[in-house]
Amino acid sequence: MKSYAVLLGVAFALSAGAPAQAADTIKLGMVAELSGAGAPAGTNWRDGAKLAVSEINAAGGILGKKVEMPEFDTQTDPQVSRALVQKAIDDGVVAIIGTVYSGSTMVNMLVAKQNSIPQFVGSEAPAIVEKGNPFVYRTSSGAQKGVPALTPYFKDTLKAKKVGVAWVNNEFGKGGRTVFLAEMKKAGIEVVADVASEQAQTDYAADIAKLKSAGPDAVFVYMNQEESARFLIEARKQALPMPLVGEVTLTEAKVIELAGPAAEGAIAHVGVTATATEVPGIAAFSKAFEESFKRKPTHDAIKGYVGVWATKYVTEKVGKVDGEAFAKAMSGLCLKVADHPKMLLDTCWDNRGEMSRPSFMVQVKNGAPVVIGTVPAN
Amino acid sequence: MSQFLQVLLSGLATGAVYALVAIGFTLVWQAAQTVNFAQGEFVMLPAFFVLVGMNWLGLSFWISLLFGLAVSVLLLGLVFKKLVVEPILPHGGITLIIATMALGILLKESAKEFYGAEAQPFPALFPGDPINILGAAVSLRDLMNLAISLGVVMLLTLFLNRTRTGRCMQATAQNPGVAEILGVDVKRMVLYTFLINAALAALASFLITPVYLAKFSNGETLGLIAFIAAIVGGFNQIRGALVGGLLIGVLDNLTATYVTAQYRAALPLILLIAIILLRPQGIMGTSEGRTV
Repeated sequence: MKSYAVLLGVAFALSAGAPAQAADTIKLGMVAELSGAGAPAGTNWRDGAKLAVSEINAAGGILGKKVEMPEFDTQTDPQVSRALVQKAIDDGVVAIIGTVYSGSTMVNMLVAKQNSIPQFVGSEAPAIVEKGNPFVYRTSSGAQKGVPALTPYFKDTLKAKKVGVAWVNNEFGKGGRTVFLAEMKKAGIEVVADVASEQAQTDYAADIAKLKSAGPDAVFVYMNQEESARFLIEARKQALPMPLVGEVTLTEAKVIELAGPAAEGAIAHVGVTATATEVPGIAAFSKAFEESFKRKPTHDAIKGYVGVWATKYVTEKVGKVDGEAFAKAMSGLCLKVADHPKMLLDTCWDNRGEMSRPSFMVQVKNGAPVVIGTVPAN
Repeated sequence: MSQFLQVLLSGLATGAVYALVAIGFTLVWQAAQTVNFAQGEFVMLPAFFVLVGMNWLGLSFWISLLFGLAVSVLLLGLVFKKLVVEPILPHGGITLIIATMALGILLKESAKEFYGAEAQPFPALFPGDPINILGAAVSLRDLMNLAISLGVVMLLTLFLNRTRTGRCMQATAQNPGVAEILGVDVKRMVLYTFLINAALAALASFLITPVYLAKFSNGETLGLIAFIAAIVGGFNQIRGALVGGLLIGVLDNLTATYVTAQYRAALPLILLIAIILLRPQGIMGTSEGRTV
């Protein structure tokens, strides 16, 4: 009888100890495209977030608790991503970091919302912040903010009278194309070629031929990374003569690596770029990322990094782990670099989770993206 | 006109690579009376062998190509025949077909685990700079892809028809029993077939990967399109595979340019259904033909 009592005592002590141990850590759920078509974006997003987690832990964690970040691979499949967001929440995460692909985020953000779990996403489709979801926050501006930043470039710098648009037929591409067409209409620029391609498409010969025969003054390219690289390779093969201008991905390090010399001259508006080393925070981030992962960071890496640091700053502002309070704090929040240096740039969110911060125009020169201009926060 | 020429030449260049892969289907069918559904992965892998040669072994690109070719012939030819085909074939062609499906998944996932899920850049064999032909800017790379693919098919046909070994391979394909009675080393001829298939797959890989980029999932589309090309052209004829590959390459580009880009992926399947309904033996195939 005595031994049973001892056993019960031990069991009670263990069961009482378990939650105490769990409460010593804060879990963030890394739900991202770690394989499949979105792997280039997803793995960079994850690695940027991992760097942030290690820095946060080195600085004492969040609310004095160590941060853990279990990883969930969506395989770039929206339905898988939805199931994994639920799994991450069941596993006790207090925030979701991901996903990057808009098609996935559109599906899985409802799960986080139902559970009142804050979610930082790398997605840029306009529709994401138009659903009245107070728990979803961007880590870069949506296409409806990013693409309009390009309008003055087409109109005033390139002096384009007619343009073409080449876009990938997924949630991301559709969002960008819709905003671009509306912007061109407002600016009085004629869209003479509207060329859709499929995700993971490999042959762009017909797409380029169509653009070429339409003869636009410039082409807006709105595709994911691998598709952008294949597009640029084919554009060079067919000597597409006009400037190729994109939003974010077209001048990404991965695109330049894949496309090689074909990426030379490509221009893009980027919300944030690791090449903007005149910004001290970005220079420090790039250095730390290269030391940790032995490669250059992409904008997705910066987005993942900023997402995790924002989680820390806002949680500590709230003073407790509470999804509802977190959402209230995020509405209309501005995190200035002076007080929150790891945000890299002064960053604000509106009451829909849309982000606003200064952005950059970059062009690929000698195999590297070079900042050719700064666009103020809109 | 220049747009049409542009699209036509691009389609021919891509189609010629499809043809190389499709010929592999035909060869394996002749040698083992089975369909190798890992054929797409056989095209995906050699590019990674080259990358291993360059990035891990520090070899130059051209030496890495030879390394990739040698490893492909060894693993995708010899080892495939010895470890997969020979033990499973006695259990029936269907069993072997299922085994090749499993092999395809294994190769794909292994490439992903070993080299990562991200696409990798792959150096081009020829410069991508455009050449002006009748107003169409055609890349030297496309022209060389087309010339090499057609040249290899021509050489293969000459080899099979004009050399003693080639004729022995044809005899083996037509009737292994009779060929053996006539003194043909049937096992060796079958092995040659698998080695040639692996070499063709490696060549297709080296030609297409600079544009498709090296990625573990490349075999899915390539394998399917080449399989359809082989059926459309005629599964039992090398010239059928050639015609099928070129036809799909050209029609795909013409459809995407002049009809619809959104449904271009459906074109090979529509072509497949039409051929099965109207001419089941394929455009160049013969209903009873067994000639390689």
